[in-house]
Amino acid sequence: MYSERVMDHFFQPRNVGEIEDADGVGVAGNPICGDVMRITIKVDHEGETIKDIKFKTFGCGAAIATSSMVTEMVKGKDLTLEEAMKITNKTVAEALDGLPPIKMHCSNLAADALHAAIEDYLKKKKQQRTSK
Amino acid sequence: MKRIYLDHAATTPMRYEVLEAMLPYFREKFGNASTVYFYGQEAKGAINAARAKVASVINAASSEIVFTSGGTESDNFAISGVAWANQKRGNHIITSSIEHHAVLNICKFLEKRGFEVTYLPVDSQGLVSPEDVKRSIREETVLISIMHANNEVGTIEPIEEIGEIAKERGVYFHTDSVQTFGHIPIDVAKLNVDLLSASAHKLYGPKGVGALYIRNGVKIVPFLYGGDQENKRRASTENVAGIVGFGKAAQLALNEMEDEIKRLIPLRDRLIKEILEKINYTRLNGHPTKRLPGNVNISVEFVEGESMLLQLDIKGFCASSGSACTSSILEPSHVLTAMGIPAEVAHGSLRLTLGRDNTTEDIDYFLEVLPGIVERLRAMSPLSFQKGIP
Repeated sequence: MYSERVMDHFFQPRNVGEIEDADGVGVAGNPICGDVMRITIKVDHEGETIKDIKFKTFGCGAAIATSSMVTEMVKGKDLTLEEAMKITNKTVAEALDGLPPIKMHCSNLAADALHAAIEDYLKKKKQQRTSK
Repeated sequence: MKRIYLDHAATTPMRYEVLEAMLPYFREKFGNASTVYFYGQEAKGAINAARAKVASVINAASSEIVFTSGGTESDNFAISGVAWANQKRGNHIITSSIEHHAVLNICKFLEKRGFEVTYLPVDSQGLVSPEDVKRSIREETVLISIMHANNEVGTIEPIEEIGEIAKERGVYFHTDSVQTFGHIPIDVAKLNVDLLSASAHKLYGPKGVGALYIRNGVKIVPFLYGGDQENKRRASTENVAGIVGFGKAAQLALNEMEDEIKRLIPLRDRLIKEILEKINYTRLNGHPTKRLPGNVNISVEFVEGESMLLQLDIKGFCASSGSACTSSILEPSHVLTAMGIPAEVAHGSLRLTLGRDNTTEDIDYFLEVLPGIVERLRAMSPLSFQKGIP
């Protein structure tokens, strides 16, 4: 059913957890559908790159593996926010050597959660600026 | 790695005695039962002997058993056959919202062809109310179809009471008995059942063979048209080896039923009790006592079912879940939803169905392994993070 990469990320998920003083928090999915992904990021304020990323996910094997993979695609890569925004659910699935067709839509939301976290950071930054 | 199979409601491993009984019918005893010479009569004799064995499990006459290709065909045959044959009398069917898809989807098809179907609700333990059945009967009602026991949550329905009502009102009554045939006592006379579906592979028989009990006198149209097999109700050259295997499995199941029930119920109850004790935020789905002897269905909150199944699989356990991820329709189990269980909790359901090979040691090992798996997945879950658990 799942590729070896998916199983690897499912059984040894990378970067599980919650960044305490996160700069951005993003959530995708909902418990009714059976998948919730929560991504927290830490941003280097000068260079606008992602310094740290962690995830927590409620969901099936594909949901956990895609969450883990998206963090791996970001962590330690010094990606700018713009570059990170270019990661899509499709590229995450490809990095895992594909997902079963039925899982492509329901459980492949990790990039959405990442984008939401980045947007959350940008929104907060804008609010800080206007309040100054 | 030792594999521990806890999914007997899905299918069962065929017994060696069953395989032994079947083998000659693939090669040496290969005859077509419709022929007059030796080989044909040999096959015919074997089919009739198997028919008597299957009939004896439910206290039916041999002439009331039609062999089919399995549970789905039996359900489709019963419902569409009675619907079409009695169309002039009425176009209303009563069933429940927790039936197997083999019942629900033929009902949906009939709705598109002019029939009206009432899908009765169930209570939080999965029980259909006989009162609801009574109230739903109309002048046009031709059939009531309520399953004997639910395949997911194991709840045993009040079939005898419903049968009584159906008999009083002169409405045909079908029960999908796929999960109970050969597992718990069934007497079609006592239950007032007119039609009953069974499948061989649920009782350590072969896949691809089932039976429909049709009480003598029930008006039903044939399922397959062709030759005169199965009393012209189901044409097609008989699956002789499969039928012989079903007969053997039925005979063994009937002989061992009482002992197996006595063995399974304590195992089941221990499994339920200890899971609920060892892991917080868990609940039992289904009825605590009106329950199949081997069925355990637990919801584990904040954890998704497929993840649990994958984690259990690498430890050697085969189990099942009502999670959307384990279905092709991406919705949680219609059974759990009908019982009022919230979707997010239904996603975390775990079904363990015990059978002949399961031992106390298997249960002990399972109870050793499950809490760690749940803990690990909960640590990863944003839902438990939000609720502050553990």
